[in-house]
Amino acid sequence: MSAKTLLEVKDLKTWFYTRRGIVKAVNGVSFTLDEGECLCLVGESGCGKSVTALSILRLFDSPPGKIVEGKVLYEGLDLTTCPIPQLRNIRGKDIAMVFQNAQSALNPVFTIGDQIEEQINTHRMHHNGTAREKAVALLEEMKIPEAVGALKMYPHQMSGGMKQRAMIAMGLSCDPRILIADEPTTAVDVTIRAQIIYILQELKARRNMSIIFITHDLSLVREIGDRAAVVYAGKVVEIAPVEHILRKPAHPYTIGLISCLPDISTEVKRLPSIPGNTPNPMDIPSGCPFHPRCPSVMDICHTVEPEMLNISGVQTAACHLYDADIMGKR
Amino acid sequence: MHSQQILEIKDLKKYYRVTSGLIPRPVGDVKAVDGVSLTIAEKEVLGLVGESGCGKTTLGKTILRLEEPTSGEILFNGMDVVKLNKKDLRKLRGKLQIVFQDPDSSLDPRMTVGGSIEEALVVQGIKNAGERSERVAALMEKVGLEAGFYERYPHEFSGGQKQRIGIARALAMDPELIIADEPVSALDVSVQAQILNLMMDIKDRDGLAYLFVSHDLSIVKYISDRVAVMYLGRIVEMADKHEFFKKPLHPYSEALLSAIASLRPANKDRILLKGDVPSPLKPPSGCHFHPRCHRRIAICPEVDPEYREVAPGHFVACHLY
Repeated sequence: MSAKTLLEVKDLKTWFYTRRGIVKAVNGVSFTLDEGECLCLVGESGCGKSVTALSILRLFDSPPGKIVEGKVLYEGLDLTTCPIPQLRNIRGKDIAMVFQNAQSALNPVFTIGDQIEEQINTHRMHHNGTAREKAVALLEEMKIPEAVGALKMYPHQMSGGMKQRAMIAMGLSCDPRILIADEPTTAVDVTIRAQIIYILQELKARRNMSIIFITHDLSLVREIGDRAAVVYAGKVVEIAPVEHILRKPAHPYTIGLISCLPDISTEVKRLPSIPGNTPNPMDIPSGCPFHPRCPSVMDICHTVEPEMLNISGVQTAACHLYDADIMGKR
Repeated sequence: MHSQQILEIKDLKKYYRVTSGLIPRPVGDVKAVDGVSLTIAEKEVLGLVGESGCGKTTLGKTILRLEEPTSGEILFNGMDVVKLNKKDLRKLRGKLQIVFQDPDSSLDPRMTVGGSIEEALVVQGIKNAGERSERVAALMEKVGLEAGFYERYPHEFSGGQKQRIGIARALAMDPELIIADEPVSALDVSVQAQILNLMMDIKDRDGLAYLFVSHDLSIVKYISDRVAVMYLGRIVEMADKHEFFKKPLHPYSEALLSAIASLRPANKDRILLKGDVPSPLKPPSGCHFHPRCHRRIAICPEVDPEYREVAPGHFVACHLY
């Protein structure tokens, strides 16, 4: 792939300084996003995937949150240090975000139309026709029936699926180059989920937009992703094209995550499971954070943190099992 | 399977009256459960699938009479649950139990874990404290909780452990049937598998039956023997698991199956349903599914299809069959 790299996240660390201790929500995340690519961030709750997304646009509360290390480079500009007015110009216009829970992300006292138009007006993006016309077109693109009427609705008058689509319409209102979608389908039913995934697939193809799709559901990754990054305890433990991740996962955590998912197309007598629980981000295990739950744990895993190692050119994983030096000595 | 039926539901209805105005006047009924009939045999797992608002949770609660049914019969081991008085109902609930979706809100935050489990035994009239604590210890071991957790409070536990506590509570009186209402949907995937396996183990060892309510067909496929699909308060299809997943008959079941994302390469053309689940306050005329159906015929908006057995053990409510 020779597509242009649009966004580069380098060794990002976002910590939250709370009274009870430091929560290392994001603890060294690195990835790149190409133009027109959909990268999935996959992980369980508390692994730091949402905070990673929020950190890109510095949308978390600070204090207590702070980016302690790392860079987020958008076309050469470091979003972690650039002045806020400059960042504000990028938020929503170049990089837009869609949140998980449309119910709480939408303002209940304004109509959907007002909320979409506000964004268009803020960024002065209404040169082709009025903001209202643009909002109607967006809702139609989202396949919301009777778009003109829908603009006059308040969030509580819409169903969950409609609200989520209105949220996506808002995200798209300024024709962003990158859309960050944080679990956009978690709160909706399967039939609605299929509709939303279909819309996103279409958008990506038509607008050549890049998408960062955050999810805990690996089966969605195959539907929408080009590449996937698996996040565990605030770190990317494996990153690879989606077919590689699903067919030949390298990291023991990815292997476990895939095998413990009941799948509709297979028949199993008993599900394999990963023992234990996800670590508390305030108390991340030493060495490799996955070692207490890992079936192939070695001595070195307790003390030394593995680096990202090249598995097959396009696939990298952070696991000592793939370190020729370490494995050679054994 | 010709073992004995332990639960038999006939034409069960649960309507909620909706009122409006300053002086409340009834304006209609939400037909949350609208004429459901089903049976569960001994040691059987019936998976009940449907989207949010289809009435699957209400059905579960109504079976236990946590919600009073509007009409219909619920026979548990031949006993009519609807007619039981308070005392007999309490006795029944030892044998007919429920595990809730959200372990956070179903455990008392101010009660220790041991206390929470023990409470179930107190309610069921086990007076000897020594016997109670022995049984609590056994229950905790059964669900994979360390005995040392007895004195701890719910907030000290992860979601998966809390769900284990919920299961231990339900198991307290050796129930014959557990209604599991989305027991794993609030859990992380890696923990989900642990809880599902635990439920399977308990079932095999103790010979329980489950009514397993879920919105996730992949999970239902893993755990169930039979599957029932619910849409707007009614069961639209019920069949043996293998038959159902091989060849679903109702267009809604077809669409549900095709909507599921799978780790394996895509399954043919996906059927995309139009629109949302309609409001149960004003369900569409005729077949409730007709406005979203991709195989609609002329009769569908007019006549409500009958729920019939089209093959042995395979029930469906659709004019196409």
